[in-house]
Amino acid sequence: MQAIRALVLVSSDQESMARGAQQVFEQLQQQIKAFNLQDEVSVTMVGDVGRHDALPLVIVYPEAVIYGPIKPQDVPFLVEEHLLKGRIAAGLQASTRELSGRIAWLSARQGTLPAEQRIVLARAGLIDPEEIEDYIAHDGYEALGKALTGMSPAEVIEEVTKSGLRGRGGAGFPTGVKWRFVAQAKGSPKYVVCNADESEPGTFKDRLVLEGDPHSIIEAMVLAGYAVGANEGYIYVRGEYRLARDRLAHAISQAKQAGFLGKDIFGSGFDFEIHIHEGAGAYICGEETALLESIEGRRGEPRTRPPYPTTHGLWGKPTLINNVETLANVPPIIRNGAAWYRGFGTKNSPGTKVYTILGNVNMTGLIEVPMGITLREVIAIYGKGMRNGAAFKLAQTGGSSGSIIPASLQDTPMDFDSFARAGVSLGSGALLVCDEDTCVVDLAKVLLNFFRRESCGKCVPCRVGTQRAYETLTNITQGIASMENLDELLTLAKGLNEFSNCGLGQTAAVPIRDILRHFRAEVEAHISLRVCPTGVCPMSGQAAMAA
Amino acid sequence: MDNSVGNGKGARFVVKEAVARHGRSPSELIPVLTEVNQELGYLPQEALAEIGRQMHLPMSQVLSVASFYRMLSTKPRGRHVIQFCENAPCHVVNGRKTWQALLDELGLQPGETSADGKWTLLTTSCLGICGVGPVMIIDDDIYGNVDPKQLPDILARYA
Repeated sequence: MQAIRALVLVSSDQESMARGAQQVFEQLQQQIKAFNLQDEVSVTMVGDVGRHDALPLVIVYPEAVIYGPIKPQDVPFLVEEHLLKGRIAAGLQASTRELSGRIAWLSARQGTLPAEQRIVLARAGLIDPEEIEDYIAHDGYEALGKALTGMSPAEVIEEVTKSGLRGRGGAGFPTGVKWRFVAQAKGSPKYVVCNADESEPGTFKDRLVLEGDPHSIIEAMVLAGYAVGANEGYIYVRGEYRLARDRLAHAISQAKQAGFLGKDIFGSGFDFEIHIHEGAGAYICGEETALLESIEGRRGEPRTRPPYPTTHGLWGKPTLINNVETLANVPPIIRNGAAWYRGFGTKNSPGTKVYTILGNVNMTGLIEVPMGITLREVIAIYGKGMRNGAAFKLAQTGGSSGSIIPASLQDTPMDFDSFARAGVSLGSGALLVCDEDTCVVDLAKVLLNFFRRESCGKCVPCRVGTQRAYETLTNITQGIASMENLDELLTLAKGLNEFSNCGLGQTAAVPIRDILRHFRAEVEAHISLRVCPTGVCPMSGQAAMAA
Repeated sequence: MDNSVGNGKGARFVVKEAVARHGRSPSELIPVLTEVNQELGYLPQEALAEIGRQMHLPMSQVLSVASFYRMLSTKPRGRHVIQFCENAPCHVVNGRKTWQALLDELGLQPGETSADGKWTLLTTSCLGICGVGPVMIIDDDIYGNVDPKQLPDILARYA
């Protein structure tokens, strides 16, 4: 490797690209050439680096100066000042207050921001995701080497079990237990499937891992394959994630060349191959059995469970299915040990959680923090407070299938058990923060519209129930509903929850139940007073009725 | 007649190429459909029939899969496809007003293609770019923080 004096990183996630990161990158290359610095300065596009308010970011190492948002016309000045003259380009620096993630850690040393704890996203934004050397230089494939050369499959499973890692796809099932089920299942071959069909509204954490650190998923899948006795893995990546797919494909070919995939990995006699399977646009394919149907080339309609995929999965064979974020936790656990991992988070929910913060807050974006932080802390510290100083009304967690958290629960620690006790769920990690101008009926209507469209139609309770619930909520927003409709909604919610075949229909009931539990007066005002207290709903049906 | 759809290559030829690339295994049906859809712009009837023939699958199965996934279309689409995110994260940050403005601007309902064949308007599920909602995609161009006032300018960029 050639010695370079400075390293310039340009953020290249989809949002940065939409804001001209490619032009900034090209302009940087041109200007560096113009100043004849090309032998001393390296320019690289990196994935996502965290916060989304100053994109595209340009980060210059070794000084770790963060510039942003950078426009192509800023580049000549930046190159001349920083890279030629060696001083910080005045006026272009991103405010440290607007940054988070690893960058926050850098600025935290100057005492400006509380640090996050990054395990899953430790490398995202810091390494070149298209260079396997970068991954290796940052502890990459070390866990794989450790496991394949010094641990038995049972010991790997034992370590994951002891770490207390729980599935990050939403359900929170203990990962080690699932691995043991597959390892003990009869039948061969066995498969490892990575669920990268991230489509919970408001969730894009997995995309950042895939785009920013694709090798971590490859390493984790080989580890999982070794542990459960599988020699083949599938990554089911949603069709819309093109950059993620390209980066994965590139990483797989690099890993093959380097001998981390293929035959006789690390001379251990263990073989493993990974295939990428692209989705074609269907939320339901995030449900694990629908995902398997889709890989097999059919409509993504969930299977009846049991039997579970751990015994009857892909092509009827024992199959381990883990979410991207779950898998990304595995190599650090094997590398550093279960005891280290248990040093983060809470007793029953160790480790960190990646959250996306969205909605009516001053800062939207992505954070990785220890399990057990509260919603109030997230909003105040990372969301920088409510936008326009508005009052917090509710947060919707975990995409559409999560819960509605009223203000009274904002001091509940966010971990699996505390949330379960409070009757709410963490879901996939999206935190949609809503202010007092949000109408709960309108919000529930939007959520039910989502479920109604995404229902696969296989089972009646879900197909008809989501449609009927949507129609009733729409009537409420138009001021043409009766109080009896509320009872009907609750009956529908019960039916959805109890009789739907899969999680989609079961969770479609949650918004209905939650708004009636926490905001019943507001819902009733739409009916009895024919007024939307927040002024959001059109209430247009009234006029039509009067006319 | 439809041998000239999309980029001018015949449906049969496109299917043959896609099947050659992915193979005839039933698990390759979605990749094959995706590729043919990309090449032809949509999945015309004769392409579906050809896929069934070449992959030895019943037409019913090919059509059931083709009609299930959002990124596959069995109907022709306009020259430009607009996808507007209708999920909650975009909705609560002014997506509702922007969506209404877009409907007014185009004079279309979701799922419709304009009479001149220029626009197809679709709603889409979350695209994972929620940090800059409301989000709209036209063809492959992503627009974030879309404001009703910007809509005429954005639409004017497309011929």
